[in-house]
Amino acid sequence: MPPVFGVLFDGLAYGMLLFLLSVGLSVTLGMMNFVNLAHCSFAMLGGYVTVTLMNALGWPFLATLPVAFVAAAAASMVLERVFFRRFYRASDLEQCLLTIGVVFVSIAAAAYIYGTDQQPLQLPAYLRGSFVFAGLNFAAYRLFLIAVALCITIALIAGIEATRFGAQVRAAVNNQRMARGLGINVDVLFAITFALGSGLAGLGGALAVAMVGLDPSFAFTYLIYVLIVVSVGGLGSIAGSFAAAMVLGLSDIAGKYYVPAIGSVLIYLVMIVLLMWRPLGLFGRR
Amino acid sequence: MIPKSGIRFSEEIMRQQSPMTDQALAAPRDYLQAQIRWQWGEIVFWLATLLPFVLTPSYLVLASQIAITALFALSLDLILGFCGIVSLGHAAYFGVGAYTAGLLSKWGFGEPLSGLVLAALAAGIFGYLSSFIIARFRHLALIMLTLGLALLLQEIANSASWLTGGSDGLQGIHTWPIFGRFRFDLYGYTAYTYSLALLFVVFLVARRLIHSPFGLALRGIRENTTRMPAIGAAIRGHIRTIYTIAAAIAGIAGALLAQTTETVSLEVLGFQRSADVLVMLILGGTGRLYGGLIGAAVYMIARDQFSGLNPQFWYFWIGLILIAVVMLLPGGILGGLSRLASRAKDKP
Amino acid sequence: MSEIALSARGLCKSFGSLIVASDIELALPAGARYALIGPNGAGKTTLINLITGMLRPDAGRIVLDGADITALPPEQRVKRGLVRTFQINALFPHLTALESVTLAVCERTRAVRTFWRKISAYRHEIDEAYDILAALSLTAVCHRPTRELAYGQQRLLEIALAMATQPKVLLLDEPAAGVPREDSAELFKAIAGLSREITVLFIEHDMELVFRFASRVIVLVGGRVLVEGTPHEIAADPQVRAVYLGRTMGKVPHG
Repeated sequence: MPPVFGVLFDGLAYGMLLFLLSVGLSVTLGMMNFVNLAHCSFAMLGGYVTVTLMNALGWPFLATLPVAFVAAAAASMVLERVFFRRFYRASDLEQCLLTIGVVFVSIAAAAYIYGTDQQPLQLPAYLRGSFVFAGLNFAAYRLFLIAVALCITIALIAGIEATRFGAQVRAAVNNQRMARGLGINVDVLFAITFALGSGLAGLGGALAVAMVGLDPSFAFTYLIYVLIVVSVGGLGSIAGSFAAAMVLGLSDIAGKYYVPAIGSVLIYLVMIVLLMWRPLGLFGRR
Repeated sequence: MIPKSGIRFSEEIMRQQSPMTDQALAAPRDYLQAQIRWQWGEIVFWLATLLPFVLTPSYLVLASQIAITALFALSLDLILGFCGIVSLGHAAYFGVGAYTAGLLSKWGFGEPLSGLVLAALAAGIFGYLSSFIIARFRHLALIMLTLGLALLLQEIANSASWLTGGSDGLQGIHTWPIFGRFRFDLYGYTAYTYSLALLFVVFLVARRLIHSPFGLALRGIRENTTRMPAIGAAIRGHIRTIYTIAAAIAGIAGALLAQTTETVSLEVLGFQRSADVLVMLILGGTGRLYGGLIGAAVYMIARDQFSGLNPQFWYFWIGLILIAVVMLLPGGILGGLSRLASRAKDKP
Repeated sequence: MSEIALSARGLCKSFGSLIVASDIELALPAGARYALIGPNGAGKTTLINLITGMLRPDAGRIVLDGADITALPPEQRVKRGLVRTFQINALFPHLTALESVTLAVCERTRAVRTFWRKISAYRHEIDEAYDILAALSLTAVCHRPTRELAYGQQRLLEIALAMATQPKVLLLDEPAAGVPREDSAELFKAIAGLSREITVLFIEHDMELVFRFASRVIVLVGGRVLVEGTPHEIAADPQVRAVYLGRTMGKVPHG
């Protein structure tokens, strides 16, 4: 199989995963300017929920996914209410530090409960292996991942563009003060959006286990990628997150395949160059 | 009476003011001078740094490491506490300094003081170059750029293993005796004297810088970035200057580490190091010069005491402390102390 | 024919479909006292931002003292003498009043370039800052951090900061905004005391201020200059009245 297609396909799958992990953070950052570095802790939570349900309780893989979503969403609502809410108007630094603290605690907790090894995950038979189509090999799980991510993307776009809730979200991201003036309850809106975004991260984390593995360092490692996607894509932009995730996913896989010696250098370079060209992100507003 | 300054208020309004005597004019200058004077707390602090020689001579190696980390934290305070630049990648300059000194020694020239100078130069150059990028951005873009630059540097260092030794680190570092006479002994006497002396000297430089007009401009940038151009300040130039200086100081700290421990590995450039120094600075309190020093001391002594513990537990408690400091003790230890002091002063 | 200190020609600015400035023409003679008025959202502060360089215009030119400054960044314009104050205080909360004004003076004299001498060694700059504060009756509080000052004192500090830069053209964005009547006397005194060498443009809602200080009024509506004239002419103008929709514009003083 021509390597290019393999790289494209893998890059696409990886990009979709990054998108799921990042979109929630992008929207909440755009709406409330709250730098939530603990975003990937929710993703990690989703991953561990799936692993626990499957390995300890014998649940089927697909059934764990909604639970991962809900668990992450619920955890985020608790944290938002107890801690984060008071820091919406705080400085960047304070928000960073608060959420870094949460990350540290979450990593330590994960290591304590689960240890530092990679979590084993046995995918159901129908998601293992690969299909051959038109002479090309498609790994089943990656196909599944792409399909799920696409469905969610379509649902998100439909939700944002066509529902009243979506319109309110767009208004609040665009101009918070004006949105409040129009009678939109921005605080409740944000709490819901925050929960949804964290839930999506949890789902992403659950889906990530079979593709990139899971151990306590997940919360940090993927935080960096997510931050790159969000800052390059533009705060508050779903399209931006999507585009940036694709660019990042493809360049990372391509870089590692074609020029393994330089490894991750490529994505950092790409990020730096893109941020310098468009500091507010590709789709960010001026 | 026409005032010396010649500001352009009309004659009318100047006539209405009472004439300025030299006595009255002397007051504002003296007040500012009084603020800059050495306070007794500072003198006590520096005397206390001599205690390890007498009280805990078995901990001199740890003490030297604390001094080095304190210097690193001081350099971060200059950009973060005094200028408001949030950097998640300050270890980049620490690492450049460490590798420069390490490589110099490995290639046969282990003279420590020249190693320091070259390390400061190399780190300063890196800092100067990156400052052109850093100075143009704020908020998330700035944070990401600082992070990205450090990660990039670490990746490059990893790939360039022919130079850096990759994940094995630099081998063959041997630091010559200082001034040809003072060898680095196993007990750490030389190491601590060396690190402490450098910390003090650089501290004096930083202190003078903070109390200069430039230092005032930095605080202005921190306090209100919008107002600065409106009073004619070239913000970017100021930021570039302080960033370069802070990078050079971080480089000195890195070089000290390389010289006193005779090892350099990739983690000197890593995110962990950048995050740790940030935590120490916040713990101690930003914008007060001593915050980084105290935070470093507290953090590293605590870590040494709890080193038997699982590293997991350490980060659990650090995370909680970080959350607690942000929520309950903004301004860190020094901030809390100064609030206590002002409350004590107010009580009759 | 007095020379023109500041002029703007054909200034245009829009954000997408929202036009905030449309072909604005402005000419301030040296030493003049002009007022800029208009309903909320008319684009007054936007115009100030365009003139000072905080916003880049889509089209048009700005000329200061005969030199085209359209391409200059804000700090360069300040160095040439084009200075503004802010409607919402843009001060340094933790710096004392004296430190704030000293900073502004040091920026002007380029003393900020030095980092090896203590600030207390800069007698000239500190004295000048003190003089400015004295002229505005702020010396009693000059060692208090800005955030501890009363609101009226903070508004005066806004002006002090502007004065420290030795402006030739001063744009005052609602200097009396939010200052209670009792405290505004000091402010009015300060404004009255401004040297006739400085050209001043006020943005104001307070018609008392306008009538007291301005020789000419420019009315801005929806990003365009509606009409220009003396305060009395403007007060009597039916177009202006219609724009303000019957809102009283304050008493028209006699004489």
